[in-house]
Amino acid sequence: MNVIQLHHDLTRIWNNEPGWRGVFSSVSHTTLGKRFMITAAVFFGIGGVLAMLIRAQLATPASAFTGPEVYGQIFTMHGSIMMFLFAIPMLEGFAIYLLPKILGARDLAYPRLTALGWWCYLFGGTIMLLALLGGVAPDAGWFLYPPLSGKEFTPGVNSDVWLLGITFVEISALAAAIEITVTILKFRAANMSLTKMPILAWYLLATAGMMIFGFPPLILGSILLEVERAFGWPFFQPELGGSPLLWQHLFWLFGHPEVYIIFLPAAGALSTIIPVMARTPLIGYGAIVTAVMALAFLSFGLWVHHMFTTGIPHMALGFFSAASVLVAIPTAVQIFAWIGTMWAGRPKFTLPMYYIVGFFVVFVLGGLTGVMLAIVPFDQQVHDTAFVTAHLHYVLVGGFVFPMLAAAYYWMPHVTGRTRVMRVGIAAFWLIFIGFNLTFLQMHLTGLLGMPRRVYTYPVEAGWTLLNLTSSVGAFMQAFGFGLFALDIALQRRLGKPTRRDPWEAETLEWAMPTPPPQYNFASLPTVSSREPLSDNRRIGVDLAAGKGLLGRAIGGRRETLAVDIVTGAPEHVAILPGSSLTPLFTALVFGGFFMSMLLGIYWLAPVFIVGAAVMIWRWVATTGTTHDPGPVDAGNGYYLPTGFAIRGSVGYWGSVLAVAASGTLFASLVFGYFFLWVVAPNWPPPGAFGAYLLEPIIVTAGALLAVVAARLGLRNFDRSRSGAIAAAAGSALAIAGLLAGAIRHLPEPTFHAFAATGWALTGFAVFSCAVGALAQLFVHRRIASGHVIAQRPHELRTAAVWSDYGVGVAVVVAWLLGLSGAAL
Amino acid sequence: MRVADLWWWMLGGSAILSALVFILLLIALRRRGAADNRQPGRTRVWIGWLGLVMPVGVLMVLLAFALWVGQRNLPVGPAAQTVQVTAFNYGWEFCYEDGSCSQGVLRIPAGQPVDLDITATDVIHSLWIPRLAGKMDAIPGQVNRLRIEADAPGTFEAVCAEYCGVGHADHRFVVEAYAAGAPAGRTEAAE
Repeated sequence: MNVIQLHHDLTRIWNNEPGWRGVFSSVSHTTLGKRFMITAAVFFGIGGVLAMLIRAQLATPASAFTGPEVYGQIFTMHGSIMMFLFAIPMLEGFAIYLLPKILGARDLAYPRLTALGWWCYLFGGTIMLLALLGGVAPDAGWFLYPPLSGKEFTPGVNSDVWLLGITFVEISALAAAIEITVTILKFRAANMSLTKMPILAWYLLATAGMMIFGFPPLILGSILLEVERAFGWPFFQPELGGSPLLWQHLFWLFGHPEVYIIFLPAAGALSTIIPVMARTPLIGYGAIVTAVMALAFLSFGLWVHHMFTTGIPHMALGFFSAASVLVAIPTAVQIFAWIGTMWAGRPKFTLPMYYIVGFFVVFVLGGLTGVMLAIVPFDQQVHDTAFVTAHLHYVLVGGFVFPMLAAAYYWMPHVTGRTRVMRVGIAAFWLIFIGFNLTFLQMHLTGLLGMPRRVYTYPVEAGWTLLNLTSSVGAFMQAFGFGLFALDIALQRRLGKPTRRDPWEAETLEWAMPTPPPQYNFASLPTVSSREPLSDNRRIGVDLAAGKGLLGRAIGGRRETLAVDIVTGAPEHVAILPGSSLTPLFTALVFGGFFMSMLLGIYWLAPVFIVGAAVMIWRWVATTGTTHDPGPVDAGNGYYLPTGFAIRGSVGYWGSVLAVAASGTLFASLVFGYFFLWVVAPNWPPPGAFGAYLLEPIIVTAGALLAVVAARLGLRNFDRSRSGAIAAAAGSALAIAGLLAGAIRHLPEPTFHAFAATGWALTGFAVFSCAVGALAQLFVHRRIASGHVIAQRPHELRTAAVWSDYGVGVAVVVAWLLGLSGAAL
Repeated sequence: MRVADLWWWMLGGSAILSALVFILLLIALRRRGAADNRQPGRTRVWIGWLGLVMPVGVLMVLLAFALWVGQRNLPVGPAAQTVQVTAFNYGWEFCYEDGSCSQGVLRIPAGQPVDLDITATDVIHSLWIPRLAGKMDAIPGQVNRLRIEADAPGTFEAVCAEYCGVGHADHRFVVEAYAAGAPAGRTEAAE
């Protein structure tokens, strides 16, 4: 085929729609990755302005700049914006933009989900900003501890804005996590086995896995607190058997992994950039992968180090202290691997290297104070003081902002196709680096001298005046530095000279494409034989552009990319991706309607939007798949591959498995909460007598068995799959009936006691899960009728079985848990 | 061994470790390596010895040391007296064994261990007397015990360390340690 014609056709297939419609309908990972990063940068600017207000207030004792009410909103929003609206979306955008490019694919696994995530992020963030402008922003600190954040002490909508806005944004985090995981596992270059993946892919895989298990506890906590505020279910009220500590456990069960979720992608960028700058391969690839996985695992075992002063017994604290200290080891492995790589090579002192050296200085100091804070008796002194503020900024700015600034300069030529114009970047670096240390280094001392966090004023006699004043000077220096950085990026975008391909002489596949990249990334897809495909073949970019790789074709207007075997990377099938669509925008708007009706207290409207969301999701999945499979495709280079429609382990199946894993984590957190309140909270057992009940759990179990067996019969024999799907849906419905009957007949009103509140929450969650499972089975029933699912294309049957098995599984656990609880109370 | 000593030891250790890292980094940046990192020995030195063995060694010693300090700070034996502490927006109430109570001023005998049984009536607060002990949270619905001991008579400033609302910055009290055996003045000052 004519090469020019190929590029022309691929451009037509992959480009966003023209004009305004394209703004709303784009599902391209390149477009959305950039949008995520730009939006996150804007929020960084807003969070930075809030930080300047904090430093203006604290520059002098007894400052009259702002009062405690406004100050509460400022520091709460500074933390919330930087964590949830800057750091997480920034790393998502980084992964969304880069991942398919480094893996040698044309897009992510679920392009429309990428778009949904961005709209949810934009709308949730906008809710937060509007609240800030309206003076009703959250004001209980970024970790929103109840009872302060509860209805009694925060009667306004302030806390609701946080709980609903952040949860809205978290939808995008979970969507991105599932998408990143499946993309790494399935969408890689031909023959890119797991051990030949670029190191950044390992980092992002660990990050995404942590997000799948880390975010559900926070989402659960937010739902429970919002339900408590809206309907008076006493999950966190001790007088009714709740416990404010339950929130702390759920929050930090998310909050500590969160720190590593933020750090790991940035560390991945360092592991990518440092070897290129040192002109030598990274040392210890296997050791680093092991360290990253160990870090991901360990980070879930140390959340209690945020709670050393809550009265937990000392020996239990010792366990969490040890786990917190151990996490320094995989970090040390990486630090020394990076230095060792530079030692072995011949480092070029380019602009990214300035920020990398800045990273080393700031992050190593932050890591060492982190080890100090893991030591219980020391933490009990400095906990909740400016020392902790200093530490967390050293870790997060050192571990995320400095590496991302290095990454920005490293990958800007890729995004814009232009080189840097002036030496503005160097000046920006020095302002940021000196300003940062001037702000936060002596803040350790301020904390040791006894200044607590979150005070809007302090007395002259305290002796913190000079320390605070210099911190404020440093903060404004930093602000100028970040302003210069933004200017530098804008100049590069407008005035930079066009760069040649692969300006850094890097080895990874994102540099084997034209810059700025076309929407289809590669005109034909690469085959790799090592971790350094560009040093194996310096002309790989030209070869791919000439259509010499796989799938160098544009047939039927389909967006095609290669899916591979998870372990070996052997080509497995051709994945066909959806094109531009307005569905993600409309779905996000329906979600937004739900969150707004909750926020405004129009509670009768919320269920309408839940039904609307179900309709949107039904329509969404209904537009996937096909009724006439094109059959095996000539993928080039001698490969004839089936399309994704006819594959057992399809991309949709893996996404469902991961979504169920996330949902299961939320369920496990809820069960944990139930037992936690039972064992730890005061005012248990609830007043009154409760007995065990068995009838309803038996009904639920019968429904569950029906659902599981019917789904199995349909999977085994396609002729029975239609009736099997109906029977499975009926089984789920029976389980729902049993759950509701049990709760209505045996549980007191949810406002009566935390026991009843958690019982109803468990019931509600089980009913919801069963309803999703029943809908999945009804959906697949329709799909058999419409000819989308046939014996040769059975994968939707398997996917539906995942959802319905999970739903009734949850139902059985909840039914028996509640049925037998009464006997023990 | 006091917490302050722990801090100085940790500061010293951190200074040595960060100096090590920064010096290695500086040499690595200035050195002209031969790109010979394919030698297995190099990985062993950087990742095995520096990345793994050194931190494991340092951290094990630190952990053992810290656990020992922490255990020594735990209440051992009976306290001379127990004070019921209640934190609220925005004040502190102290009730003593003789049934008297005071607000804003905690009076304890110097040179004797005193247990504080701390709770809160509204939101979470945190009791912190920087010169006497670490923090202990005041949490509604639960009682946390903290042991303090003032070596000599005197006045000690105390603050609320957990954000508790608009009055948090001024949510303070003072501790007055009186010479043991002269407990006069406690009841008369009670509010």
